[in-house]
Amino acid sequence: MTLSVAGQSVAEKKRRKYYLIPTYIAVIAYVIFLGFPFLWMLSTSFKSPYELLQLHQSFIPKGFYWQNYIDILRKRGLINSAKNSFIIASCTTILTTILAVPAGYAIARLKKIFSGAATAWILVSQVFPVSLVVIPLFMAVKRVGLLDSIWGLVLVYLVASLPFALWMLKGYVAAIPVEMEEAGAIDGASSFEILKNIVFPLLLPGVVATALFTFLNSWNEFFYALVLIQSPEHETLPLLLARFMGSEGQVLLGPLAAGAFVATIPSLVVFGFLQRKLASGILAGAIKG
Amino acid sequence: MTTLLDRKTTKQKHKTKMYNRGAWKYAIPAFLPLFVLSVVPLSQAIWTAFTDEAAGFNVKVKFIGFDNFRRLLTDSMFWASFKIGIIWAVSVTLLSLFLGFGLALLLNQKLRFLGLMRVLSLVPWAMPPVIVAIMWNLLLRPTSGPIEGIFAFFHIPGGKTDWLGEFNTAFPTVILIGAWVAMPIITVSILAAIQGIPTDMIEATVLDGANAWQRFRYITVPTVREITAALVALNIIWQFSSFGLVYVLTAGGPGGKTFVPALFAYNEAFKYGHFGYAASMGVVMAMSIGLMLAVYLKASKREKAQR
Repeated sequence: MTLSVAGQSVAEKKRRKYYLIPTYIAVIAYVIFLGFPFLWMLSTSFKSPYELLQLHQSFIPKGFYWQNYIDILRKRGLINSAKNSFIIASCTTILTTILAVPAGYAIARLKKIFSGAATAWILVSQVFPVSLVVIPLFMAVKRVGLLDSIWGLVLVYLVASLPFALWMLKGYVAAIPVEMEEAGAIDGASSFEILKNIVFPLLLPGVVATALFTFLNSWNEFFYALVLIQSPEHETLPLLLARFMGSEGQVLLGPLAAGAFVATIPSLVVFGFLQRKLASGILAGAIKG
Repeated sequence: MTTLLDRKTTKQKHKTKMYNRGAWKYAIPAFLPLFVLSVVPLSQAIWTAFTDEAAGFNVKVKFIGFDNFRRLLTDSMFWASFKIGIIWAVSVTLLSLFLGFGLALLLNQKLRFLGLMRVLSLVPWAMPPVIVAIMWNLLLRPTSGPIEGIFAFFHIPGGKTDWLGEFNTAFPTVILIGAWVAMPIITVSILAAIQGIPTDMIEATVLDGANAWQRFRYITVPTVREITAALVALNIIWQFSSFGLVYVLTAGGPGGKTFVPALFAYNEAFKYGHFGYAASMGVVMAMSIGLMLAVYLKASKREKAQR
């Protein structure tokens, strides 16, 4: 037995070497495809207005024109709107996760009628164009008394992200072998203990992925914020950035790119930390069957 | 594993049935806010579809039954746009699924700079949406954009094409950018699902002599089936009902080639003020996509049951 394992792994290693070349080529192709617009944005953020007017632009800027960054950082309300966006995005993410994990579990494991109805509603609520729901939504938020408040936005984002979170988590729960839960049940664990001690740890990569998208969606959301926020002190980052688009349709490209870069970094840093939680082999040794 | 389940005694079966009987309670907290801020506004929007509501003050809104829908049936402009919407939603979803799945498989391997690449895979989602459209517009500028520069550098003909402005290229180009935007969500979700595969299971199949394709076919695919079905359904919905990207990239042009139905409904409501008529478009869109997805989800469930 041990011999065959060793033999396999040597052959596997040899084969891996040949696999690696096309693998890296594919990875590089992906990196260029995915990263190019981002790098172009970074390059644009260092170009002077004069350089941006020129027809042919080089990838490397002619000089580091820091004025774009000074412009955006001096912009009144940047710190405040970044703070608002951060509070809104984190609260939405936390609330969505707390509500969606148990509910997603329930939908995945319950009788067909219930889960069918829930899925059908998720469909309907997502498919109706946002632009047409926004007026009744405005009225509903006004009625709750949360107009022009970051908490109103948290509530709206929560409702907007729940369907996605529920459906994704339902999918991740479905991939967990029921045998493991049943083993827990036979050992006498309550349904909450099963959820907390057996399901949740296995669900963690899925929860991380779902939480990440909830965060990014709320961080970048523009349309609802535009409609529901009125006073500058409650402004979110995308609203602030939109002001660089200019009132006469003329775009202040340099500062806009600088602002967009500043706005993108927190999300990437958060993901840089979180992606470790997408770690492999959590289920290792859990099922012996 | 199923044989193990079948061999269980009836007593055990009864006990295992019992344990998640109370699970429905876990769904209540999530459905409460959904009801207040989703069911109520949505019902109102649907109600609007049966009225003649239009912009203007002091106009009394009348209930007009199915009049909007009758008018919509013969609105050939809308149905042309509807067709574009279906092609747009399906192509973007399939293309991003294909590209995202591939990237997820790559990112699941032991490679150098894995963390960096995972972060990069998220870039399209992390960039503010408006910037995404502006940047692609800059990159694709026909006479001076960097893409044109790359074409010229490698002496590939066609670099001067106005990708977003020409009849033949505008729609495929917008679809490609749409897939670029949709990729991260698919990559990360599928990566999370693959990472849940027990390493024991993989080792066991390696010992049994399964090759990479067999491992993919019999372990990876069944594991991600449920999540893929959800991703496909959600993406088709999102793409079909959104218009932000198309609006900034082409505004529906050239000559209506990229005029998606969500943009059509938006114009009808906010440009011309026909709220009632626009809402009826929303209802028709919701119903048809709902129908499509019901068929799709049924089929994917049946496929699962057959296995």
